[in-house]
Amino acid sequence: MSDLAKLRELSNSVCIVGVDESDEIGTLPGKSQLSLHVEAITNAVRDAGLKVSEVDGIFTAGQHSPATIGEAIGVVPRYVDGTTVGGCSFIIMVGHAVLALHHGLCDVAVVSHGESGRSGVGVSPRRDTALPGQFEFPYGFGGAPTYFGLITTRHMHEHGTTLEQWAQVAVSTRKWAALNPKARNRDPLTVKDVLDSRPVVWPFNILNICLVTDAGGAVVLTRADRAKDCAKRPVYVRGAGEGSEHVMLTQMRDLTFSEATRRSGEKAFAMAGVKATDFNHIMLYDAFTSGPPLMLEALGLAKRGEGVHFFAEGRSTPGGKLPINTNGGGLSYTHSGMYGIFPIIEATRQLRGECGARQVPNTKLSLVNGMGGMLSAAGTLVLANDR
Amino acid sequence: MDLERPLPTPITPECRPYWEGARDGRLMIPKCRACGKPFMYPRVACPFCASRDIGWVQATGRGKLFSFEIAHQILNKAFKVKTPVVLAMIELEEGPRILTNLVGIAPDPKQIRCDMPVEVCFEKLTDQVSLPMFRPVGGGAR
Repeated sequence: MSDLAKLRELSNSVCIVGVDESDEIGTLPGKSQLSLHVEAITNAVRDAGLKVSEVDGIFTAGQHSPATIGEAIGVVPRYVDGTTVGGCSFIIMVGHAVLALHHGLCDVAVVSHGESGRSGVGVSPRRDTALPGQFEFPYGFGGAPTYFGLITTRHMHEHGTTLEQWAQVAVSTRKWAALNPKARNRDPLTVKDVLDSRPVVWPFNILNICLVTDAGGAVVLTRADRAKDCAKRPVYVRGAGEGSEHVMLTQMRDLTFSEATRRSGEKAFAMAGVKATDFNHIMLYDAFTSGPPLMLEALGLAKRGEGVHFFAEGRSTPGGKLPINTNGGGLSYTHSGMYGIFPIIEATRQLRGECGARQVPNTKLSLVNGMGGMLSAAGTLVLANDR
Repeated sequence: MDLERPLPTPITPECRPYWEGARDGRLMIPKCRACGKPFMYPRVACPFCASRDIGWVQATGRGKLFSFEIAHQILNKAFKVKTPVVLAMIELEEGPRILTNLVGIAPDPKQIRCDMPVEVCFEKLTDQVSLPMFRPVGGGAR
C-alpha cells in the first residue's frame, strides 16, 4: 500500500465527539492547573454523552504527564501520549489519537489541556534552560514576544508588510470576540487603538500580543462507528498532519516561512484529499498578530507576503467569505500559554452549528492550524461534519 | 558589584571554548572537520553531517543584521540595562546566526535596517565572562 493510501485509510475513521473548556476561563487564582484539566475533561466527556470511566486513552502536553491526568480522573489508561512540542501539541495529538483509535489501542481518547498561565497556581518553573541561558537571556531575550518580533521584523523587510497590516489581524479577531460571550476582551477595536497601545517589543505593542489567562480545554475522540451513538453530531477528522523544525530561533532555516507549518498542512490535506482553498472556516494559532498571516502563507492559502490581505480586505471578519478565528482567538478570547486545544474546540462547535451569534452559516470543512514555540512545530487538522 | 545582566548560565562543557574565546576578546565558533561547515550553537555532533569530529575556529566577527526588535520592557528581572534595548539576530560572515544586542546606534526603527553590516565587540561582565555584542560597521549614528 502506498504512503498516501495508508494516510487516506485513516481519513474519517475517527470523530471528535466531545469538547469543552474548564468551568470558567480567565483569571482564576482559586484553581490549580491540575483542576483545570479535570474540569475540562469531565465537561467534554459529558458533552459526548460518555462516562469518564470509559476513557482509556490519555493525551496531554505541558507540565503534567498523561499518567498524572489519568490518575486524577481515576482512570487506568490503555494508551498514553505526552508529546510536548509547544502549544500545537494538542492539535498534533488529535492525529496521534486517530492512529491509536484506528488500530484499537484505545477506544475513547481524551486530549486534555490545563494551564494556570496567568495566576500560576500549581505550576512548576523547572525546565532545561542551558541553551537560552547561555545564548539568549544575557541579552534580554525571554518571553515569546522577544523571539516572534524578530520573525516579524524580517517579514516586514522582505515583503514590505506594515504595522497597520498586523493591526488589522487584531481588529478582525476582536469583531469575532464581540460575538463570543466567553471572550475576555469584547469591546470594539480600531487599527489606531492597536498602533497607539503600549509598546512592548517593537514591532509589537500590547494589542499585537495574545492574552495571558488561566484555562483548561479537552477534546474527546472515538472511532466513527461508535461516534454515531454519542450525544452530539460527530465531527470527522478527515486529515491530520504534523511538523517540527527548530527550537532555538537561530536554527530556523527561513525566518519568514515555517517549514513545520508547510509540512503539517501538506500531510493533513493529502490525508483528507482536499486543497488549501477548499475551506469555509479557519482557526489559526494567534499568539501574535503576525502569526496567522505567516501560517496562511506556509499552508499555501496565500503567496509569501500576502497573508495579511485576508484580514485587511474583510474576508476574515463576521459576514466575510472566509471567517478566521471565530472564537476571538488568543488575542481576545483566551490564551493560557499552550493555546492549541481551543481552536479545535471552536472548529468542532462551528461544524456542529452551536455557535449562536458567531455561527458561520453552512460550515462544512474547517481548517485548524497551530504552532508550537516560534513557528517551531506545527499541527494541522481538516475537520468536517460529514464523511 | 551588581551586574546589569544575567551571566550566561549554566556554561555547558561543549560551549566552554565559545565563552573562553569571548573572555579573551575572540569570537570562537565550532566547525565540522568532516564537512567543513561552521555552526552555532556548539554541540558534540555536526548538525549538517552528524560527524563527531568538531574543531573550533575564530570568526571574523563581521556579519549582517539579519533581524532586530526594540524591547521597551524586559521580563527577566536580572536584566537591568535601561530600556529601550535593541535585540538582534546576526548572520555571521561564516553563515551561522546568533542572538545578541545591537549597540552603538539609537534604538530607532527608522535608523536600523535589516542587512546592515555589523561587527563584534565585547562587553566585559566579570573577569571570567565577556559577552559578544554587535555594532554597525564604521559606527552608527548616535
